Amino acid sequence: MATSARPVRKRPLRIRRVLGEAAQYAALTIAAAIILTPIYITVVYSLQPVEEIFSYPPNLLVTDPQWDTYKRAFETGSLGRYLINSFIVATAITIGQVITSVLAAYAFAFLRFPFRNLLFVVFLASLMVPWEVTIIPNYQTISTFGWLDSYQGLIVPFLATAFGTFLLRQAFLTVPRDLRDAAAMDGYGHIGFMLQVVVPLSRAAVGALAVFSFLLAWNQYLWPLLITNDDDYRTVQIGLKALVSSNIDEFNLVMAGTVIAAAPILALLILFQKQLIRGLTSGAIKG
Amino acid sequence: MDDMSATEVTIALPKPAGRWRARPRLKEAAFALVLLGPSMALFSTFAFYPLVKTFYLGFFRSDPFGLSSNYVGFDQYLDVLQSNEFHRSLITTGLFALFTVPTGLVLGLGLALLAHQKLRGMVVYRTIFSSTVATSVAVASVMWLTLLNPSLGVINYGLEESGFEAVNWLGDPDWALPAVSLTTIWLNLGFTFIVILAGLQTIPEELHESAKIDGAGAVSRLFNVTLPMLSPTLLFAVVVLTINAFQSFGQIDILTQGGPLDRTNVLVYSIYTEGFRNFNEGVAAAQGVALFLIVLVLTLIQFRFLERRVFYGN
Repeated sequence: MATSARPVRKRPLRIRRVLGEAAQYAALTIAAAIILTPIYITVVYSLQPVEEIFSYPPNLLVTDPQWDTYKRAFETGSLGRYLINSFIVATAITIGQVITSVLAAYAFAFLRFPFRNLLFVVFLASLMVPWEVTIIPNYQTISTFGWLDSYQGLIVPFLATAFGTFLLRQAFLTVPRDLRDAAAMDGYGHIGFMLQVVVPLSRAAVGALAVFSFLLAWNQYLWPLLITNDDDYRTVQIGLKALVSSNIDEFNLVMAGTVIAAAPILALLILFQKQLIRGLTSGAIKG
Repeated sequence: MDDMSATEVTIALPKPAGRWRARPRLKEAAFALVLLGPSMALFSTFAFYPLVKTFYLGFFRSDPFGLSSNYVGFDQYLDVLQSNEFHRSLITTGLFALFTVPTGLVLGLGLALLAHQKLRGMVVYRTIFSSTVATSVAVASVMWLTLLNPSLGVINYGLEESGFEAVNWLGDPDWALPAVSLTTIWLNLGFTFIVILAGLQTIPEELHESAKIDGAGAVSRLFNVTLPMLSPTLLFAVVVLTINAFQSFGQIDILTQGGPLDRTNVLVYSIYTEGFRNFNEGVAAAQGVALFLIVLVLTLIQFRFLERRVFYGN
């Protein structure tokens, strides 16, 4: 690509380039504005008094922000409790998936045992069973365990991930063979080698898996809807639905609740964009 | 004895390094069992067993009150396959995929092409274009529930100002599915953008340069260089988006509850209502089996691409 440091051959070419860039910026900005519009309107409504939301023609500016609505959303919608629940559930699932995936991926990458390839295929086969297909028997299982309305019910079914195992195995396979020999010479057992060499060397993949797992766990909808009725265990996604159904006309309250439910994960995206993109592009299977 | 190389698996597994090979085989196998145990137990309990159970439940017909159920063999599967409700649900789901996948793909491609330039401040645009990937289905649906509300009418106001008639988006049987699709396209845009942009970044710059030297214009380069090189990524995105469409539930539950007149009653929503509202477990299970088979075919296509990625690396 030509940069301004390069000698300019012809003036018209340069003008054309500047115009081209301006057009690109214009297109980018218009696209960004369209994508952000729903988010912008949500924030505006959350800060307007209800009468203003109903005004016609619509007013899309905030003149007098009603921060109080956010306080009310926390109180009437018990959003604080739901956020804590979501945080507990998503964190536990993330930690669990990282642990089970590291263990299984290590076995597939470094150990020799009978039926290894067959077992790997079995792992991959679990990806072919969509959660939506098995909700009825899974509901029955969780019910038999007495885990309806419990953290266990929300967490345990999701503690293993074939996608994560696959992702980490690929990363583990790139660990140089010399290192394995050297570690063995130094008297490292499998556990020492796994924790002190393999995992640190694969931290990019582990990070990608962790961010990806957290995102999927935080955003889960169908399963928490099925197995939680009790406010004590509802996640924020289901809490948001409850807030909508019981306050359908209080759009400012509902929109404040939406912002509260969305904010933590948007912050996560901005902080860990690189990891998330890696997780998404290295297979991108929704679990 | 434990040489598994005879098994036809496309991904070559490396042989373990020297010293460990000398260790007793049995010990290593036992250790592997310990490492794989947790995942195997979880997959068995929450994926394989319930899959078999779903097939099995399809053989039982519940009485109208959901109190008891009788073995009816394949009768119920046949009933479901022949029922109008099931056909309509399949058509609705297919239409939903048709509304969301091609449009979503083209928009994602457009955004990715826009963002695949070296311009100052591009990081900000890329973050904005990716932003909906972090938006949950519940959050997106509640946002659009408000946007599409006829009595608030930001969208309707815009329509009327530009000379169109206002639309009762979620209440009109003809508009409900397009409205749900609009929400879904927006929701998936971040994902599509990220995947396609990553694909664009793997296309070697030299290809563009040499096409330029050959006198190819921007449009010609797009169709003769970029799109052919991008085709595996695009096909991958199509498959993932289609699977997502077939598994969609949250936006239906929040926006329309399957209505009006069942016009948004997609397969998963139908499974949910039959299984958890009408207590027709058998019918729900049979529909679940149908969903499984559809997603299976799509996943098999997807694996072909996963495999290719494995071979050539990232």
